[in-house]
Amino acid sequence: MTTAPPAAPPQPAIGRARIPLSLQSRAYGDRAFKLVLTCAAALIPILLGFLVYELWTGSRLAMTKFGLGFVTTSVWDPVAEQFGAFPLIFGTLLSSLIALAIAVPLSLGVAIYLTEFAPRVLRQPVASVIGLLAAIPSVVYGLWGIFVLVPVLRKTAFPFLRDTLGFLPLFQGPIYGPSMLAAGIILAIMVMPYVMSVSREVLLAVPNSQREAALALGATRWEAVVTAVLPYARSGIVGAVILGLGRALGETMAVTMLIGNRHEIAASLFAPGYTMAAAIANEFSEAATDLHFSALTYVAFVLFVVTVVVNAGARLLIWRVARGSSAGSKAL
Amino acid sequence: MNRRLMRRLASNVMVGLMVVAVVLAVLPLFFILLDLLVKGASSLSWDFFTKMPVPAGETGGGVANAIVGTLIIVGTASLIGIPVGVGAGIYCAEYPHGRLTWLSRFVADVLNGTPSIVVGVFAWTWIVARQKHFSALAGSVALALLMVPMVMRTTEEMIKLVPNSLREAALALGYPRWRTSLSVIVRTTLPGIVTGTLLAVARIAGETAPLLFTALGSQYLSFKINQPMAALPLTVFTYATGPYEEWHRFAWAAALVLILVVLLLGVGARLAIGRSAVVND
Repeated sequence: MTTAPPAAPPQPAIGRARIPLSLQSRAYGDRAFKLVLTCAAALIPILLGFLVYELWTGSRLAMTKFGLGFVTTSVWDPVAEQFGAFPLIFGTLLSSLIALAIAVPLSLGVAIYLTEFAPRVLRQPVASVIGLLAAIPSVVYGLWGIFVLVPVLRKTAFPFLRDTLGFLPLFQGPIYGPSMLAAGIILAIMVMPYVMSVSREVLLAVPNSQREAALALGATRWEAVVTAVLPYARSGIVGAVILGLGRALGETMAVTMLIGNRHEIAASLFAPGYTMAAAIANEFSEAATDLHFSALTYVAFVLFVVTVVVNAGARLLIWRVARGSSAGSKAL
Repeated sequence: MNRRLMRRLASNVMVGLMVVAVVLAVLPLFFILLDLLVKGASSLSWDFFTKMPVPAGETGGGVANAIVGTLIIVGTASLIGIPVGVGAGIYCAEYPHGRLTWLSRFVADVLNGTPSIVVGVFAWTWIVARQKHFSALAGSVALALLMVPMVMRTTEEMIKLVPNSLREAALALGYPRWRTSLSVIVRTTLPGIVTGTLLAVARIAGETAPLLFTALGSQYLSFKINQPMAALPLTVFTYATGPYEEWHRFAWAAALVLILVVLLLGVGARLAIGRSAVVND
C-alpha cells in the first residue's frame, strides 16, 4: 500500500523491528485517512470563523462611524453618506411576523391533521406534496408573486381588507401592489413547509400512551389532542415556529421582488417597505462608496447575528423535547 | 347527552378546519406549478436552449449562456462542497465523541440557518473585493458553503444507520480501519449519501441571492470561471423585474426550466434512496 503521506511521522522502532510490513502500512493508511477526514471536518469551523472575521472587518468602517446607533436611526442616504438601518430591521421583523401569523395556524392544522386524524394512506403523500413547496427556489416564488399573487391581491384581497378591517390603521391608505403584506404572504407560503414538517416530527414523537390515556378518560379525539398531545409537544412546536422565523428573517429574493423596496416605516401593511436581506440584494452591486459597502456589510453582520441567535434558540427548544421524550419513554 | 353532542360537534368542526388548512397549504403549490406550465411552456423552444440573449426590445434569442453558466457554477460548487461535506460527515460518524465532531456539527447547524445572502456578502468581501472584479468562482464558493452542512449531516446520519456488527465483521477479517470505512461502511450507505448530495445540489441550483454580486450575470457565453457569468436564477430575477413583455415571457420559461431541473434532481434522489432501501433489506 502506497498511501503513506509525507506528513506522517515515521513508525517508532523501539524493540519492534519485526512488525510485519502490512501492519505498518496499515497504520500509515489509517493515519492518512484520519488526517484527510480531520482536514475536512476542521475546514467547516475555520470557514465560519473566517466568515465572521470578514463580515466584522468589512463593517468596521460603518461601525466606527455610526456605532450601535446604526440599528436605531432611520435615515438611509447613500449620497449624504448617512446610514441608519432601523427601517430595514423593522421591515424584516414585521414581514416575518406577518408570515408566521399566517403560516403557523395553517401548518399546525396540517401537522395535527396528518399525525392524528388523516387516513393512513394520505399521511405520507400529503406531507411530501407540501414538502415540495420547500424545494421551489425563492426566485420562482418572487416571479409568481409579481405576476400572479400581487395582481390578485391588489384587485380583490386588499380592497376587501380595507373595506372590512379599514378601521385598523394596519389596513388603511393607498393600495400599491408590492407591499409589506404581499411580502408577508409569500413568506408565509415559503415558511409553511418547514414549520409543518418539524412540528409533524415533534407530534410523531409524542408517545401513544398520552393519547390513549386521554381517550380512555372519555375525551373526544380533538380533546385528546388539546389536553394530552399538544401540551406534551409544546416546546418542540415553539421550536418549529422559531425555526420558521429564522427562515423568514433571511429570505431574500421573493421578498426583494414583492416588498416594494422603500426605506420607510409605514403603519399600513399596504405600503411598501424594505428588509435587511432585500437591501443587501438591491444595493450591494450598485454601491459606489466604501462607506455604503461597509454599511451593507454591517447590515449583513446584524442579520447573521440575529439568525444565529434565533436558530440556536429553536434548536435548544427542539432538543429539550427530544430529550424529554426519551426520558419519558425510559420512565415508562 | 346534549353536552356530549356539543363536544363531538366541536371535535368535528376542528377536524373540518384542519382539512381546510390542508387544502389551503396545497393550493399554492398547485397554482405555482400550473402557472409555470401555462406561462412557461409556450415560450420553450429549441432556440430558447441554444441561442444567446438578444438586446432588450428585440424578440427571439434564448438563454443558452445562462444554462451553461448554471451548469459550470453549480458543478464547481459541487466539486468543492461534496468532498468537504462527505469527509466531514464520515469524520463525525467515525469519531462521534471528539471535540472537533461537536464543533463541526454545531457550526454546520449555524451555517444551515445562515441566510444565503449573508454567505454571498462573505464571498464578495473574500474574493470579489480582493481581486476587484466579479467572478463566478466566488459564487461557486458561496454555494459550496451552503451545500456543505446539508451533505455533511446526511452522510453522518446515513453512516450511523449501519449496524455496528458490519464494522466489527470487517475489522475482524483484518481490514484496516480506513478500508472498513470506505469499502464497507461508505459503500453500504452510498445510495443514501448520493440522495443527500443530489438534494443539496437541487437546493443550491435555485439559489439566487449569493450569485447577485459574485457571478453577477452576463449577456455573453463565458467559460472563464474567474469572470462574471450568467446563471439561470439570475436570468429569472433580471427578466422578471425588467420592463419588457418579452423578458417576462423568458422569465417564466427560465423558471420552468429551473424548477424542472430541481424536480428532476429530487426524483433522482428518490430513485437512489429507493435502491438503498432494497440494499438494507
